[in-house]
Amino acid sequence: MAKERKAKPGRKYVLKLYVTGQTPNSVRAITNLKKILSEEFKGIYELRVIDVIKNPQLAEEEKILATPMLSRVLPLPIKRIIGDLSEKDKVLLGLDIL
Amino acid sequence: MNKRTFGERKNKVVEHVAKLRTGIEGLDFLGNGGFPKGRTTLCVGSSGSGKTVLGVEYIWRGMEGFDEAGVFVTFEEKPERIIKNVKSFGWDLDKKIAEGKLTILDMAPSIMSSDTLVGAYDFTVLIERIKYAIKKVKAKRVVIDSINAFFTQVGATDKVRKVIFDFVDSLNSLGVTTLITAERTEEYGPISKYGVEEFVSDNVVIVRLVLEEERIRRTIQILKFRGSTHKQGEYPFTITNDGIIILPLAGMKLSAPSSTVRIASGTKELDKMCGGGFFKDSVILVSGPTGTGKTLITTLFTEAACKAGEKVILFAYEESREQLMRNAASWGVNLKKWQNKGLLRIFCEYPEVMGSEDHLITIKKEIEAFKPRRIAIDSLSAMERVLTLKSFREFVLNLTSYIKQREVAALCTSTTKTLLGGESVTEAHISTLTDAILILRYVEMHGEMRRGLTVIKMRGSWHEKEIREYIIDGKGLHIEEPFKGVESIMTGAARSVTQYEEEELKKLTKLQ
Repeated sequence: MAKERKAKPGRKYVLKLYVTGQTPNSVRAITNLKKILSEEFKGIYELRVIDVIKNPQLAEEEKILATPMLSRVLPLPIKRIIGDLSEKDKVLLGLDIL
Repeated sequence: MNKRTFGERKNKVVEHVAKLRTGIEGLDFLGNGGFPKGRTTLCVGSSGSGKTVLGVEYIWRGMEGFDEAGVFVTFEEKPERIIKNVKSFGWDLDKKIAEGKLTILDMAPSIMSSDTLVGAYDFTVLIERIKYAIKKVKAKRVVIDSINAFFTQVGATDKVRKVIFDFVDSLNSLGVTTLITAERTEEYGPISKYGVEEFVSDNVVIVRLVLEEERIRRTIQILKFRGSTHKQGEYPFTITNDGIIILPLAGMKLSAPSSTVRIASGTKELDKMCGGGFFKDSVILVSGPTGTGKTLITTLFTEAACKAGEKVILFAYEESREQLMRNAASWGVNLKKWQNKGLLRIFCEYPEVMGSEDHLITIKKEIEAFKPRRIAIDSLSAMERVLTLKSFREFVLNLTSYIKQREVAALCTSTTKTLLGGESVTEAHISTLTDAILILRYVEMHGEMRRGLTVIKMRGSWHEKEIREYIIDGKGLHIEEPFKGVESIMTGAARSVTQYEEEELKKLTKLQ
């Protein structure tokens, strides 16, 4: 795909990744996300990884039904992606960047 | 898939499983104490069968009756809707949430529909949320309603099965007593649609909504409580303003106290025939064809209670209040006077207005509220009209057992279908449960219709065996001398017996 996929400069992305402990899905999601972020969002993102086993009240507040779950808190509107983020294009699409 | 057949019998396991009282009327009786404590019970039923109400009531009774906090997990309806829907039962869930006694977890999978799915994921977070909620309110009871929404919206059946398996596993380890509801498509058939019973099959409760002769009939059945006992079979239940009420057929301890205190029937001669009156906690059946004076006997029985200063309720299913008053007045009985004195309550309703369970509950409520010493039901056969044979039998059984437990004297009438002789369904179903049976019959003699009365049963007492003639006039009921020189009165075709035969018979009875 030759489309321009760079995050818009000057924008700040606030992301939250909800995982459940060290499960394979969680570990994969963290690895995949960090790779995408370093490639596409260098310097313009803020990521918080939340372990819902340690912080279940946060999962409750967000009404999370499945993990791993990536939530784009900013810019609005909120976008949510469920899964281990194994396909970069789909993740970018889900984050409304592509 | 390892499907279990419906009627499979498990070997009885001798293991003691503690029970948690649900607090739902009748359910603890069926469960021999309640739900197996610390375990998961699956409640299956078709749409509209009352699963959600059962779930909410289970949580509610725990909070209200036993100070046990609860967690309600909803996969289907929005929490706001559930809260609103059960307000009509007087259950204020908002208050309980505010008091920290209840948490409703919204897990409707519809939320997920707007999310993007990328790669593998799992549902372990749901368990974490439930665990968190349980800890937060220190819950003892958990309800998950209903898991089908999860299957249908998420689609991945295997994945969801695993989630449910994990749910049950972790809930059991947390020491909470859980109720999971699941929908089924047929009333009689596979337990649930997605084979979830394989995971939570230790305890299964089935609720049914059956259309029987154009009438809705709800039943509940405990299919199994593994390692524990419960009552077998389907029991009717109803959803009232106060929630679910299950009517245990044989609710029914036979330990009903019995009394030797006699009460007046309202007719001196009849008291004599019964050996001094009816017993004060007995069920009396008056059976006879139309026009033989059943309503009169009911009226006299009612009046006798009032005269003795006892409260009485008259349940009239055939006549209006005005008709009853007028009839009574024609026999010289002033019902209005007793009603004004607060001793008499007349309840008039056509049986068609409600189902059998509702009738029974109404009767019970009336008795609880008015606390009568006697009740009269005129007539039981009116119920027969609107109930199936099965429901009628259950109705009568339930009613009589309830009356006995309350130590109330009850007089019920039953109309026989044929003018001469014959028996009614009522008689066939109630006779073994009654303590006294009075039979009223037309007697055709010498081209005349006369009336005969006899006591065919008077439990625990001597009673007269003769058939007496009686007359009804403006002053009420007058019992005359026994019919002499005739036989086959009860079959309706009286036949004269010659003097010789009569004496022969006398000799025979003396010999015995």
